[in-house]
Formats: sequence, structure tokens, C-alpha cells
Amino acid sequence: MSEKKFSKKHEWVSLDGDVATVGITKHATEMLGDIVFVEVPDAGKAVAKEGQAAVVESTKAASDVYSPISGEITEGNKAIAEDPGSVNSDPEGASWFFKLKIKDKGEYDSLMSKDEYDKFCKENPS
Amino acid sequence: MEVQKTALYNYHKNLGAKFVPFAGYEMPIQYKEGIVKEHISTRTYAGFFDVSHMGQFFLEGDKTLIEALEKIIPADLNNLKVNHSKYSFLLNNEGGIIDDLIITRTEKGFCIILNAACKENDIKQISQFLDKDHKHLLNNDLSLIALQGPKSEEILEKLIPGVVNLKFMTGSNFEFAGEKLYVTRSGYTGEDGFEISISNSKVEKLIDYLISNEVKPIGLGARDTLRLEAGLCLYGHDLNEKINPIEANLKWAIAKKRKEVGGFNGWEKIKNLLANGSKKIRVGIKPDGKVIARENTKIFSSDDNEIGFVTSGTFGPSVNAPVAMGYVKSEFSEIGTSIQLEVRGKKYGGKISELPFYKKSYVK
Repeated sequence: MSEKKFSKKHEWVSLDGDVATVGITKHATEMLGDIVFVEVPDAGKAVAKEGQAAVVESTKAASDVYSPISGEITEGNKAIAEDPGSVNSDPEGASWFFKLKIKDKGEYDSLMSKDEYDKFCKENPS
Repeated sequence: MEVQKTALYNYHKNLGAKFVPFAGYEMPIQYKEGIVKEHISTRTYAGFFDVSHMGQFFLEGDKTLIEALEKIIPADLNNLKVNHSKYSFLLNNEGGIIDDLIITRTEKGFCIILNAACKENDIKQISQFLDKDHKHLLNNDLSLIALQGPKSEEILEKLIPGVVNLKFMTGSNFEFAGEKLYVTRSGYTGEDGFEISISNSKVEKLIDYLISNEVKPIGLGARDTLRLEAGLCLYGHDLNEKINPIEANLKWAIAKKRKEVGGFNGWEKIKNLLANGSKKIRVGIKPDGKVIARENTKIFSSDDNEIGFVTSGTFGPSVNAPVAMGYVKSEFSEIGTSIQLEVRGKKYGGKISELPFYKKSYVK
């Protein structure tokens, strides 16, 4: 598994061959608060780079989750749809949102590193 | 208009509050632990809420004051005893709800608790009916603190002996830190609890005491999930000037005598609705799955006809499921009726549900 890369919309991506795993960052969960609903995409769905792919809702509001990378969904994480609160406890581990088969590794390479992302969050406090 | 702050603003800041603008005030939406934990600690222990943005409107006058207020408030004020409170509303000529309120009889007249966003207009509307001899004051020198949850009585009794004797929807004067304060047994969470009207200069002292007794500060976020589980309306969402008390399923709050005799704004319309029912009515809604049907979600019948809309919807931490309220055509309002909720373009199943979603008995 490759190192995690990060998007400006607070998603993370890791890469295993041509299959990417996408989730939302710890920083995102802290902004959202208690997560109470998650909707993940079904296998087979095509998603564009920065296209809407999943939904996450906290007690406060609903937010879209975008795919930082284009491809075809191979799996949505049904476990987090069953237990939305688990996203708060392990957002960058077991509580990934979806996996997708990618076409263009260049999209992955262009995302931010961990250090760049941390700096981005500091400079753009919500 | 400049953003207003309550006397406890800096206190909230030190407690780690996240603020949002609400009805012209900077108010805490949540503190460090977050909405779900705040909600649960109110239900299992006790929480305090700074609701000082709400209007505390005092009126003084003789019998003519009662006649004046009864023109716009459909409560039986003549038979309301001193220190007793009623939930009621201000009504316009069409019977629409200008605001919902709690009115308490005082020694010299009445105290009305008004919603923050409505209070200026409310006072204008009430003033139309007042005489020169009727004194009135929106008292901004007072804070209002709600203490809610099963431990409220035990904790407050230690500080203000005698509150234990208050029954639900009654109040009394007490002393604290050498000053008078007024405590009612009431609230907006479905829990037992109190609302404490206290001078701005003493309110920090009260909060110091509550915090030393492990009472948690609760923001507007959990206030909303608590009141929705308790089936209570939020003005501006579940109620507005175009909705009347019959549609709002609040006809119980119109006094029996007033239903018979009338004499208040919108009476003709309301009399007719009481006899014939309304076309739409406020109901509780439970989505079948985990999907949250928020405000403005369209409601459809099981055969795909649009029948209404959601006015409040969230995840109910104590119910451990999503809950909502909304208006549907009256023929679909029976408990258990299957409906569909359109969320992000997709229809999800749900059912008309009893209110409240969460029930606990008040001290009577």
C-alpha cells in the first residue's frame, strides 16, 4: 500500500496497484462533529475526479464526499453505513468510504502529501 | 444590526464553545464534547443552557390588561393563578402563529418568555392592544438559564432550597447571593428541569455552582435534538405566521373556555377549523432506515403523490434513529401510515409516528 495522499476537500487516498481506497480525514471528522449517516456508492459506478461519490451527515448538516481521483467503484464500505459513528473513531483506517479502480495514476501523484495537507489545514481554518 | 452577546459570552468561550449567529446573537452551538454527548448527558444527568437571548417581557396592569392580552393570546388568563404558567401563542387575524410563548401570572401582571428572533415584533403586536396604564418592559438586565435533566432537582435544591416543591409549569421567587430570582419548573427537552431568571451580574456565580456539580454546558445543537425528540416545536421551522394552532396540532394549548367563547385574533377561522379540521396537520415522522430527512424534505404517499414536507429533522441520539416532524395532508396523518421521503433525489420509506419520540414524565 502506498503512502496516503490528501485533497483540498479533506479526503485521503491510498493506492494498492491500480485500486485506490478513499476516506475522509480526521480533520474533516473534527469539523463535521458526530457522524450519524453515511451513504457509500455501489460497485460499478463511474466517478469523475472531484465528482460526488458519497454522503456523510453529522448531527449538524449533510455533506458530499468527492472522489479525489477518477475511476470505477469496486466497493463501498457497508460497515460504515451500518455504524456511521465508527467514522469518528477511525476515519483514516477501518472507516474508509470506497475503493475504486483508477485509470490515471497522475491524478494520485498530483494530490497533497501529509505535510502539505497539514499545512493547508492550518492556512485554511474553517 | 450589531451582533448581540449574552452576559455569559466570555464564560462560554472559556468553556470551549463554538459560536454561531442565531437570531441576532452569537450563541454556542456546541462545546468540546459535541452534540451527541451533550444530548446524552442532559438525559442521564443534567445540563445547563444559556437561553438569555430569549425575551423576558414583563407586563403590569389591572383587569383591563387581561382583556388586552386575551385579544392576541388564546389562553384563559383570567383563571391563570399567580405563579402558574401556560404554553400559548400570539395569533394574527388569520389565526396564524406570530410566536409561541410561555406566559406566567405574576403578582402585578404577567411575564412572557418570547423567542429571540420574534421578540421585537411580538412586543409591537402586543402593544397594539395595551393602554397607557399598562406598564411593560423587555428586561435585558436578566439572564435566563435552563437546567434540564434527571439530576436538576437534587442539584438546584442544594443551592436554592425550596425549588423541590415546584410542580411542572409553576414558578416562585427565591433568593440567591443576596438577590431575588425567579425559578419555574419547565423546559424544552422532555426532561424534568427548571428555568432560572437571574440578574446578569449574578449569573456567572450560578454557572460556577452548576459546573462544580458536574452539570455540562449544552449548546443550541443538542437543544435542537432534545426538543425534537420531545416533539416540541421550533418557531420559524415547525411554526410560522401562515400556520395556525389547529394545523400545528396544538389545539390543546387553546384554553377550553376560549375555544367556546372566542374573542381573540383569528377566532372565526379557528372556530371553523375546530369544527371541520384542517387540510394539513403537523405529525411526527420516522424514516425506516438511517437516512435523515431534514427541513424541506418532500413527503410522498406510498403511491407517489406529494403530500407534505418536513419542517425539522435530525438524528435523535436517545431514540438512536433519525426523527423528524412535518406537515402532511390530514388524510395521511394516522399513526403508522407508510410514506416516502425524498432525500437527494431518492425516495426512502418512513412512517407517521407518535409524538413525542422520547417520553419521560414531568413532575406534577
